[in-house]
Amino acid sequence: MNRELSAPGQGRHWLSYPKFLVRSLAVATDGPFAFYAWMTVLTAVALVGANAWANQVTQGMITTGMTDHVSWGLYIANFTFMVGVAAGGVMMVIPAYLYHDETMHDVVILGELLAISAIIMCLLFVTVDLGRPDRFWHLIPGVGKFNFPVSMLTWDVIVLNVYLLLNLHVCGYLLYMKFLGQAPSPRWYVPFVLLSIVWAISIHTVTAFLYCGLGGRPLWNSALLAPRFLASAFVSGPAFIILTMLALRKFAGLSLPSGPIRTLVRIIRIVILINLLMLVSEIFTEFYAGGAHTASARYLFLGLHGFHGLVPWMWTAVCANLLAAFLFLHHSVLRSSLVLVAACVFAFVGIWIEKGMGLIIPGFIPSALHEIVEYSPSLIEWKVSAGIWAFGLMVFTIALKIALPVLAGRTEDLLPAASGPAQETGRVGS
Amino acid sequence: MSETSGPTGGPGDRRPGAAGPTDPSRRNALKGLGATLGAAAFVTAISPLRNLARTTSPEELMQKHYKELDSEEKRAILRRLEEETKLEYGAEARIRDHAAIPGTKFAYAINLSLCNGNGKCVEACHKENNHDRATNQSYIRVLEMPIGTMDMGRGNTTYDHDVPAKGKFYMPVQCQQCDEPPCTDVCPVQATWKEDDGIVVVDYNWCIGCRYCEAACPYHARRFNWRKPEVPAEEVNPEQGLLSNRIRPQGVVEKCHFCLHRTREGRLPACLEACSTGARVFGNILDPESEIRWILENKRVFVLKEELGTKPSFFYFFDK
Repeated sequence: MNRELSAPGQGRHWLSYPKFLVRSLAVATDGPFAFYAWMTVLTAVALVGANAWANQVTQGMITTGMTDHVSWGLYIANFTFMVGVAAGGVMMVIPAYLYHDETMHDVVILGELLAISAIIMCLLFVTVDLGRPDRFWHLIPGVGKFNFPVSMLTWDVIVLNVYLLLNLHVCGYLLYMKFLGQAPSPRWYVPFVLLSIVWAISIHTVTAFLYCGLGGRPLWNSALLAPRFLASAFVSGPAFIILTMLALRKFAGLSLPSGPIRTLVRIIRIVILINLLMLVSEIFTEFYAGGAHTASARYLFLGLHGFHGLVPWMWTAVCANLLAAFLFLHHSVLRSSLVLVAACVFAFVGIWIEKGMGLIIPGFIPSALHEIVEYSPSLIEWKVSAGIWAFGLMVFTIALKIALPVLAGRTEDLLPAASGPAQETGRVGS
Repeated sequence: MSETSGPTGGPGDRRPGAAGPTDPSRRNALKGLGATLGAAAFVTAISPLRNLARTTSPEELMQKHYKELDSEEKRAILRRLEEETKLEYGAEARIRDHAAIPGTKFAYAINLSLCNGNGKCVEACHKENNHDRATNQSYIRVLEMPIGTMDMGRGNTTYDHDVPAKGKFYMPVQCQQCDEPPCTDVCPVQATWKEDDGIVVVDYNWCIGCRYCEAACPYHARRFNWRKPEVPAEEVNPEQGLLSNRIRPQGVVEKCHFCLHRTREGRLPACLEACSTGARVFGNILDPESEIRWILENKRVFVLKEELGTKPSFFYFFDK
């Protein structure tokens, strides 16, 4: 930082940085009626979630559908899925920075902002799953008693928070430089971007290790779990980014180039097949040999001893994934945005089930003593989860609003007030 | 804010339906109002937490990890917990901190030829350990298994008929006090650990309630306090241990602790005393004269899920 601090005309970061934050806040909170309506709806849902969580903490987690048999549920399912979405953003970073795809470079900030929002959601989903959130400080290294390196959960705490910081730094630095009207200095962000590529892989690998490291849970105790996590992440993340780009075109009037969407579709085409291949491989291994360790997979796909709560969910996921694969591979996906939207939605929903409820719940059914206790989320769990999704979308919307001038190539909007022509800026928000 | 956001503040919204005010200062005032309303709504939404704040003392909130407490601090905590038991349950409890006895390694064995599944151990555990009455909690589950298999998948834990049933045998399962416990490894905050006498304990004031240990345990030995335990004053067992049977707080994990408040004083676990069949044998395996040592040396004992490498201190055998 020293060199920049001494550079002429911009040496007072302690003055200009707060101005940048205030400016960003102003940009982020300006918009047409539809924007305020969208944010109001999200705020309302988030508040319902906050209230449900407060009740859960006060009355105890008896208010959830979880039991000693199925001791993780919807929260950890969503957490696992969102780690994938956060990691999926890297599929923009790799083409942009490793293959120097210039058009991808222009929109790569979308993937990084998605990562920030998704990680915040992950941290919230873990927090609401705690029986004693008031003891959260026990997890802070140096202050509490951090069981590192033995507990994989401590690894997850580290990799998730560092990934959040990496993305905050890269996005914040680039936007701040735009605000100052200066060219960003590569040495202040390129190393961090390259590190974030490795880090994106690590967050989903470590999250998979949380589960596959448990010898007593045969369904999870598979070496294929981490690769499967990554493959599904590199479908769900890009699918969400494509949907975001289409939405920005439609609702924010941005003329985004088609190149990045084509690149992401090409990536998904390959990865979605790898994901299906690994699913087939897992299913074959489980069912062909048979034996006691197959019980969870049997419960998930076929039902076990008359219990089949997850069977409809899982087949919905399989069908959605197959349909998504078909649509992505069909040539019309690059011509019709309707087909593209359908493909992305099917992929996103399919993986949400497969990497969420379809992974976490059957790990507990049958239980360690082979008892079968089924699980379905309580109303409070749905409310809290919806609240976190709404909050995550709020964060993402605000982040997008701040970055819109950059995406639209109108960086003067981020400059201090006097230099931005009023007519131009009007379009940014609408 | 008005200096910086002036030009962007207003004139963008000329589309039909855009109801935003065009005057920047008015717009900022509205934004401020919106933010204030949002904050107020948020405070209202999380207001149920106030109830919790009333019942959680600052001392409890800031309490250090068990292993970092000196004897003075421990004394203060024991007195505080006794007061809380009096206040919240109306019971006079005597809570003590029992240290492991040097030269002791506890082990348990069950003679499956004798166990008849009468469930006395389950009930004794429930009472001894001040378990929640409403959920009928206990650290022990008894599997009714058909003779001729060791496949737990064919067992039944919810049998409700006269015992022993023909063609069945009974297998009680509780914490196996593993020498390689997966549950303590996964705990992110070291709230659970293995003591020198082999007992795996939980610091109920340090556990954050993430339940990773419940997922990791291959024996379904851990229980979570899904709600604040309910125990009528006259049923509270007043002889309590800090790391064992004192009434647990809501939202933390607990488990079988071999009744350390009894066994570390030379008494037997409650489940053993309650057993009417003589199937249960408990003792110090480092003592060559102990019955448990004789069993391990002379019976063909086995452990559950040996292939997982957890090295249980809990053994089973048949003798006919």
